[in-house]
Amino acid sequence: MNARIAHIASNTFREAVRDRVLYNLIAFALLLSGAAILVGQISIDIEKLVVINLGLTAVSLFGIVIAIFIGIGLVSKEIEKRTLYTVLSRPVRRWEFIVGKFFGLAGTLVVNTFFMAIGVFAALLYVSHKFVPADALILVALYFIVLEFLIICALALLFSSFSSPLLSAVFAFSLFVIGSFAEDLRGFAAMAHGFTRWVATGAAYLVPNFSAFNVISSIAHEQPVAAQLILNNTLYALFYAALALSGAVLIFEHRNLK
Amino acid sequence: MRRSYTVSLVASACAVFSLAASALLLHRNDRLRPNSTLDEVLYVSSPKVLKRASLGYDGLLADIYWTRAVQYFGYRHSQHANTYNLLFPLLEITTQLDPHLVVAYEFGASFLAPNPPFGAGQPEQAVQLMQYGIRNNPNNWKLYYNLGFVYYVNLKDYKKAADVFAQGSQVPNAHPFMRVLAAQMAQHAGDYDTAKMLWTASYQNSQDRQIRQNAIEHLRSLRVDDDVAKLQQGVTRFGERTGRLPATMTELASAEGLARIPVDPDGHPYDLTPEGRVLIHIPDDYPFATKGLPPGYTPQTKFNYNRQ
Repeated sequence: MNARIAHIASNTFREAVRDRVLYNLIAFALLLSGAAILVGQISIDIEKLVVINLGLTAVSLFGIVIAIFIGIGLVSKEIEKRTLYTVLSRPVRRWEFIVGKFFGLAGTLVVNTFFMAIGVFAALLYVSHKFVPADALILVALYFIVLEFLIICALALLFSSFSSPLLSAVFAFSLFVIGSFAEDLRGFAAMAHGFTRWVATGAAYLVPNFSAFNVISSIAHEQPVAAQLILNNTLYALFYAALALSGAVLIFEHRNLK
Repeated sequence: MRRSYTVSLVASACAVFSLAASALLLHRNDRLRPNSTLDEVLYVSSPKVLKRASLGYDGLLADIYWTRAVQYFGYRHSQHANTYNLLFPLLEITTQLDPHLVVAYEFGASFLAPNPPFGAGQPEQAVQLMQYGIRNNPNNWKLYYNLGFVYYVNLKDYKKAADVFAQGSQVPNAHPFMRVLAAQMAQHAGDYDTAKMLWTASYQNSQDRQIRQNAIEHLRSLRVDDDVAKLQQGVTRFGERTGRLPATMTELASAEGLARIPVDPDGHPYDLTPEGRVLIHIPDDYPFATKGLPPGYTPQTKFNYNRQ
């Protein structure tokens, strides 16, 4: 990686840590340990399922919230504090700034997910007293969650490159919700005719499709994930993140910062 | 500095006092409006809407609804309720959110099928739930077993029970007793031995304490039913032979060639009324017994599924 990009990325990571982003790990730990102890007493036979479902859902939701709320301020905050001008007055290109920010935020989320994953496995060990080979599937779900984060980081950066933080948050969160309904949108397109069909199909392919990344429920039931799906999701996330990041670079390159 | 400390102290005291006061007021409001609890409320009754609204996190939502179903059944059961209006909708939502949550079918059917006060008295819904479970988990032989169980025990439909056990026996890795049950059901459906075999299988098939306890209670009650039926036949034979009723259980035992006075599984001798009826000494100890009960007796719920 370009040294300047790496530098911006490491600064973004440090800034996120300084902003006490990793404090969410405390809430996560409390949530999981509380659930692991409580569910055994108030429900029947789903202790392990709850730890996996709740753990992975929390990893996903905490990460999405962090990705959106940090991502939307990455550019606008630099402009507001006027630190962007200091950065850009050095031999740093605008695209390097955007890409560096992306890797910094993605790195923060990967570190965050890593610690949460340790929490999930610790809670799992607490309720099951041992690991079984099928528990390794949780790593696949975690990997898919990280892929989701890449897309959301890139989208948050895209919106942050031209809009205010509030609107960027609304846009990014709306796209996350729409992306969760992407399969329905495709179903709707299949039922429509003529022009509506074209528009609906276009929209279905334009919005991010998050449903393919959600394997939490099936993994909780120890159902394997096809290797082809892992490959397809990896490529899809990389291409979609690249698409959003390219948009962010394009907009930021032509933005009048005066 | 001192002033700031005083403000913090007053603010903290004020916060604690306000929290305590608001909790107290809520508690009083609950007592004023005893029927205002949310037990009988299902805000969103459509599983499809809930699945969409879960944004893909349907597994967690299914776990929450399953816990809610368990709590609902446990609470209503502990109140000796005769109606369980929300139970089936809660189970339906749970299983549609996560069609592979096998525990919800297994326990759900055992909540739905038995008559009150032991369950919701909705065996048709239990069948519906199990059939949905089998459609989504066709290779799980335990679901066939549970469905056959509902047909046999609750609906007394021995033909369908035999069919379901036979279907379940075809599933890969099905327990060998499925084939035995299917054959037994087809030939001797109403027999004591068949019922005993089914409840024994239920006991061996589950690791859950409550399910096993339930099976034990049924096995004990079955044994008592069998004893009472045999003793009652003995009373009839005695009458035919002597032209009168036996005066005591000792006399009956002696006439029947028994080594000692017959006792129930707890060791209590059976009672014999002057009218020649054989009765269980403490009927509350055998909640599922159908024979040997005093006239007008209603069973008590001795155990429940609600985990304390």
